[in-house]
Amino acid sequence: MNNNMIKYIVIGIAGILAPIVFANFQVQLGFLWLMVLFALTWDTQGGQMGYNSFGNILFFGLGMYVCATVQIGLVYDVAEYTAAAGLNSGRLNGDQYLTGLALGMGAGAVVAVIVAAIIGSGILGLRGHYFAIGTLGLGIAFGEIFAGWDYVGAGSGLAPPPFPDELDFLGGRNMFFYYIFFALAVAAFFTLKKLYASRFGLAINAIRDDEDKAEAMGLRTVRYKTISWCISAFFLALAGGPLGMLVGFIDPRETAFAGITFGIWMVLMAILGGKGTIWGPVIGAVIFHVTQEIFWSFLLGWQRVAMGVLIVVIVVFFPRGIMGWLRDTWPDRYGEKIDESVPQEGAAE
Amino acid sequence: MIDNFLLLFQAPTIIVQTAIDGILIGAILALAAYGMALVWGVMNIINIVQGELVILGGYITLTVANATGIHPLWTIPISALVMYFIGYGIYKIVIHRVVDQDMFISILATFGISIILQQLMDQIFGADIQSADTGFDTWGFLDDAITLSQIHVISLVVVIVLAIFLVTYLKRSKMGRAIRATSQDARAARIMGVDTDHVYATTYALNAAICGAAGALVVMTWIIHPFLGLAYTVRSFLIVIVAGLGNMFGVIVAGLGLGAAEQYASFLLGIEFRVAFVFLLMVVILIWRNILLGKERKYLK
Repeated sequence: MNNNMIKYIVIGIAGILAPIVFANFQVQLGFLWLMVLFALTWDTQGGQMGYNSFGNILFFGLGMYVCATVQIGLVYDVAEYTAAAGLNSGRLNGDQYLTGLALGMGAGAVVAVIVAAIIGSGILGLRGHYFAIGTLGLGIAFGEIFAGWDYVGAGSGLAPPPFPDELDFLGGRNMFFYYIFFALAVAAFFTLKKLYASRFGLAINAIRDDEDKAEAMGLRTVRYKTISWCISAFFLALAGGPLGMLVGFIDPRETAFAGITFGIWMVLMAILGGKGTIWGPVIGAVIFHVTQEIFWSFLLGWQRVAMGVLIVVIVVFFPRGIMGWLRDTWPDRYGEKIDESVPQEGAAE
Repeated sequence: MIDNFLLLFQAPTIIVQTAIDGILIGAILALAAYGMALVWGVMNIINIVQGELVILGGYITLTVANATGIHPLWTIPISALVMYFIGYGIYKIVIHRVVDQDMFISILATFGISIILQQLMDQIFGADIQSADTGFDTWGFLDDAITLSQIHVISLVVVIVLAIFLVTYLKRSKMGRAIRATSQDARAARIMGVDTDHVYATTYALNAAICGAAGALVVMTWIIHPFLGLAYTVRSFLIVIVAGLGNMFGVIVAGLGLGAAEQYASFLLGIEFRVAFVFLLMVVILIWRNILLGKERKYLK
């Protein structure tokens, strides 16, 4: 049993026991795994492929809306349901709820992957900051479209059906969704780890390092870029559905297509941990989420200002992240040899 | 949507009215876009905080006008001056640390500042939609079939005056020359004895002052709200990528065009899709231009 196995087992046991030990923090812990998933899937583009996307939140929101409408649509008429928002809070029984959730998550993932494939082929042709701003615009545009679309409740949002009481044997709403997020984050981690170790990982790293050369070497860069976006879209959409149900209310701009909260946080968490590593986003997400919860508890009313300050501080003073810092401090542990006789880059300054 | 489209042809005055409204609003957008192009061209930074600076300028106008009772129109210089110092402060605290770095870092840093400003404005001024009362009337033409609000015309005049001032400043003054030199080649300018750090600070502060003036016009002609900023950033960005950097004439034409296009879109699609239209238009223009370049195996730089 090597070091890695022990690490995974410890984290796995901690993940399984956490909601039972800290029963009061189940929602926050669920969010923690969601943040890990955010950071991991963002890093697939931002860190590994060099495409800094501000619009990945788009797939999260799509998944959330598709999942909720499928779940409602299996039992009620969606337009009537949203029109009567709040007055006639639809009740589903346990079977309907779980079937709706499963089908909805599946449908959301399919829709998100299709959307990613379609718009990906266009927008992934943009490079650098044009890609960043283009995706930012795309995410916000989708939020605005859903905020104007009456079928899904327009700007007043959409309230998914409440968690049925008869499902309480699953441990209650919060615990149920906690395990879904936990499972999704773990699945995303191992899928991406496997992919990064394969030809696919080498290909997207080559795109990051020099896209023109990668193309000249015969890599089908457009295909790899689109596939990478589809993978992120798949996991984000799967996570979107459960989050809508956990929060209990889908606001188009604040919950689903939350570009200036979740959308920017996923970038920050990956940077804080260290872009382009597998553990960096995980560590970054944990630290970021804990900090954010502390802000919420102690700076009530000013926590969002504090979040902005935190973003600027991380970006300005810590752009290489924790993994980057570790690598700089103990390079030999990461298999990098430094030849002391050769003057280091930047040493002259 | 189709009904609205047909309505356009049944009542041709609406076509004219929409175009006039759009163009007059577009002038203000062009002003903010020129500031963005200035910072982008000189410092190589895409200033995501642009929209928030516009909104903040609006709040300053509103506060000064309410506190002193003077007409909002005379607060434009005050707003510009206050914003000049705020811009200088933002540069000294954050921007000068990211100015030489990767553009992605500066995008994120300015994004962070924009979140700070949004939330601060939300805390200080409240989340209500606000607007300054100018007390101006509207002119009616053709039996009031076409109306022209006086404040829109005044704002157009203000924009023209400011544009002339800016162009003259950049062409004639010593600082203007230093700014142009830095934008051409920062390293060469430094060798020739230009204090580029000071030039950057002045450029950023000048941009903030432009935003302050634009914001003052926005609050008089339209509405402001702490969270409306990003739309102005994207509008400015859109105008700049269409017009190109350092092209005052192009910026004005693109700005007026965007104003008109937006006005038609919100008439046809409904006002609730106005912002979505602006953002999607930007994405479409980016992709379209990139595909055109892709035929020559190039991409947007």
